[in-house]
Amino acid sequence: MHVGNYLGLARGSEQRLVDALTKVAEHHGDEPDISETCQLLASWSRKHIEHLKPLVEKYGEDKSPEPANLETALFHGPRTGSLALMRDLHDVWLLTQQVQLCWTVLEQAAQGLRDDELERVCQECGKETKRQTAFFLTRIKQAAPQALIAAS
Amino acid sequence: MKRQSRDSINDIWGERSPHGPEQPWPVRVDEALSDDPERWVRGTCVLCSNGCGLDIGVKAGKIVGVRGLATDVTNRGRLGPKGLHGWVANDSPDRLTKPLIRRDGQLQEASWDEAMDLIVQKSKQIIEQHTSLGLGFYTSGQLFLEEYYTLGVLGKAGLGTPHMDGNTRLCTATAAAALKETFGSDGQPGSYEDLDVTDCVMHVGHNIASQQTVLWSRILDRLASPNPPKVIVIDPRRTFTAEHATVHLVPRVGTNVAVLNGLMHLIIQAGTVDKGFLDAHTVGYETLKQTVEKYTPEYVEQLSGVPAAELRRAGEILAHTRTLVSTVLQGVYQSMQATAAAVQVNNLHLIRGLIGKPGSGILQMNGQPTAQNTRETGADGDLPGFRNWGNPEHIQQLAKLWNVPVNKIPHWSPPTHAMQIWRYAEQGSIKLLWIQATNPAVSMPDLGRIRRILQQEDLFVVVQDAFMTETARYADVVLPAAIWGEKTGTFTNVSRTVHISCKAIEPPGEARSDLDIFLDYARRMDFRDQDGQPLIKWHDSESAFEAWKECTRGRPCDYTGLTYEKLLAGSGIPWPVNEQHPDGTVRLYTDFVFPTSADYAETYGQDFDTGAAVTAEEYKANDPKGKAMIKAADHREPHEVPDDEYPLWLTTGRQVYHFHTRTKTGRSKELQDAAPDAFVQLSPEDAERYGIENDDWILVESRRGLVIERALIGNIEPGLVFIPWHYGSWDDPSRPRAANELTITEWDPVSKQPHFKYAAVRISKYDAKAAMPQGLLGRAVEAVQGLVSGEAAPATVGSKAQGPQPKTTQRVDG
Repeated sequence: MHVGNYLGLARGSEQRLVDALTKVAEHHGDEPDISETCQLLASWSRKHIEHLKPLVEKYGEDKSPEPANLETALFHGPRTGSLALMRDLHDVWLLTQQVQLCWTVLEQAAQGLRDDELERVCQECGKETKRQTAFFLTRIKQAAPQALIAAS
Repeated sequence: MKRQSRDSINDIWGERSPHGPEQPWPVRVDEALSDDPERWVRGTCVLCSNGCGLDIGVKAGKIVGVRGLATDVTNRGRLGPKGLHGWVANDSPDRLTKPLIRRDGQLQEASWDEAMDLIVQKSKQIIEQHTSLGLGFYTSGQLFLEEYYTLGVLGKAGLGTPHMDGNTRLCTATAAAALKETFGSDGQPGSYEDLDVTDCVMHVGHNIASQQTVLWSRILDRLASPNPPKVIVIDPRRTFTAEHATVHLVPRVGTNVAVLNGLMHLIIQAGTVDKGFLDAHTVGYETLKQTVEKYTPEYVEQLSGVPAAELRRAGEILAHTRTLVSTVLQGVYQSMQATAAAVQVNNLHLIRGLIGKPGSGILQMNGQPTAQNTRETGADGDLPGFRNWGNPEHIQQLAKLWNVPVNKIPHWSPPTHAMQIWRYAEQGSIKLLWIQATNPAVSMPDLGRIRRILQQEDLFVVVQDAFMTETARYADVVLPAAIWGEKTGTFTNVSRTVHISCKAIEPPGEARSDLDIFLDYARRMDFRDQDGQPLIKWHDSESAFEAWKECTRGRPCDYTGLTYEKLLAGSGIPWPVNEQHPDGTVRLYTDFVFPTSADYAETYGQDFDTGAAVTAEEYKANDPKGKAMIKAADHREPHEVPDDEYPLWLTTGRQVYHFHTRTKTGRSKELQDAAPDAFVQLSPEDAERYGIENDDWILVESRRGLVIERALIGNIEPGLVFIPWHYGSWDDPSRPRAANELTITEWDPVSKQPHFKYAAVRISKYDAKAAMPQGLLGRAVEAVQGLVSGEAAPATVGSKAQGPQPKTTQRVDG
């Protein structure tokens, strides 16, 4: 049984996402929509971590160094300037993808285990992770031309 | 005033004209004249969003007055105080009459050739180095349809820049967003006529008595009739409107979603939901039902401060009324969860099936008279003809119409919204900002920031206006513009009714119409279509209107059946006007088919909390195919809330006698005498706590800035203060007084409309020198310097020792 491994990965990844979102929110205060929305999205991820707690108690949790490594690999911000904002959004988007895949993997396991509670948590949290991704994608699409072409 | 039919300053709405059921709204012709006119010219009032038909009286080449148009569907001859008195601004001695160019730091007179060549040279230089992403346009809610369309085409198909928006973003972007989210397209489902027969009117965040005085007269006449409607008002202030309410709900600012969810909770509890309508014509009801389940009156009271019993009274009325007209405005649009809240009003109608029938309509109102046209034509963050930027077929239609390559038209994401345009300018990636007929140095949030942006050395600012506004002082080029009465064009009110407004007199000096300025720019920039022909093929307002008609063919705002001749022959006509509806369309969705199908919809929608765009694939997977979309929302707290340091809520709003930043109404003696200055309105409880009496000078501070206003006590809840936002510095630079010195830079995630309706502030008596915090004097001096650091610094700057002196007492706070 390796469910605990993925619960650890999910929790660790959500925590990295919270950290990254918090940093981006603080750092990009001059972009009010990004700052406010990142704070909101961080509150969702904090809630996800809460939802994982009883499941961790049930299945145990393998502490994984992977999320920390992921942060090093995926998030290099926060940085300053138009292009740097773009790069921060890019990195946070990647982190949401990591979390999303954790939910997908766990949901598959939940179905095999006939664990309705685990399945419900994966679906509910996964839905919000999708909304996080969608926000960054929308914002990246808007910012990309200006950042790459016109910004100094 | 030589002759006036009524004293609209002291009697804002005039005499009552009650009418029985099935009787039309009676005629009452209002007029105000300074002399006997030699001739009358057809016009339409452009001083609020009601769009009243009128005639302009002319003598010896000057406007000498106005009279209401008795046959007009919108006003049946009535005019409000602004309409009756605002026209004198045309003849102000301080009109701009020649182009100005900044030379050696000073704005100096120049020829049109010099001014336009400079703008063209700058434009070309920026495009060469940075592409057209270096250019931004910020327009108005005061131009005419033909001008907006021309601007939209030259921007989207000539330059190919996505950076075009208007100050309609500040006032009605949420109206458009809410209609799109629910019905798939912009366009009001109802009409003003619904007010003549409805059993119930609900005003949400809308002080209609002050903002659309003639429309309010229409409701007052119903209230004086044998079958008066019930009136529900949701507003944190006791306004003229609220005084007439059957039930007045007084929520804390930023809690509209909670209150509306509570009302729907009560309707569902009462069991009067129209199940048949919901099943046949909507999607999404189950989620709404689940969402509002927890919004019991007690929970709503906890969130919003509205007493549970009051909410129940309103819920009882809404659960059982046979018909309902709702109007929504800035108290919703400029507040937290703007679009989510406005959509809940749509939902409330849908769950009761109160739409598309006489007496049942939704009016997501506009703040400015020609705002609807910026949304229709693509001069703001929308595409012309309510087209969907995410639908390649819609972009193809525009490319074909304009005969340009499809990739010329920016559509990689929604067009840049105003707040983002200013941010790009702040960061230096927009290098030319062209502002028309609006005054962001007073109307935008956080004015200190806006002034800093306008003064940036690497930002080339063009201002096109009739007066030297607070904004024009910062311009590099000022273009003198003709205004209402000096040019011909059309515009559309909230009731979708298109009116024509004709040129009555010549503009002063060398001033030119906005249309002529845009056409001149397009010609000098040499914009061409794919065949090498001039991109813009029209030359005056009527030919522009004809071109626009083709752009609307087959779209919800179909103008193809309209002509200038038809508009001049009778009264205003509501779109769609086409072969099927040659006389226009009073009410949309009478067949309960909504423009939501994936190939027709204006938008695929957005996430209410984040603004994330729904993709075409996602939308198509659940294509509502003509059904209205019910979208639920949970309450969320505003971002800036009062704390120990800034313990009070600030909210802002308008006054009955002024429009926008008083550029015109402040130049009418009658209107200016009636409301000469801003003020801060506070509750008796707060006045006592701070030892404040009426007319005391009060310092109001937020984290962004400060203002000094006189106190006006009463008609507002404890913990909340209100400042009207019209007042800038052009006629009184002695002190900072613009409400937007204080407001926050933030916006709704969906509509991108700024949050003007809440900010945390603290207040203190201004003459309490002993108690003045350290550094305050410096901040006040800095604020005044900020106001006057542009061109033509005023002669006197009030010193702290003398302090600003009160002018006359304003007459009303409404």
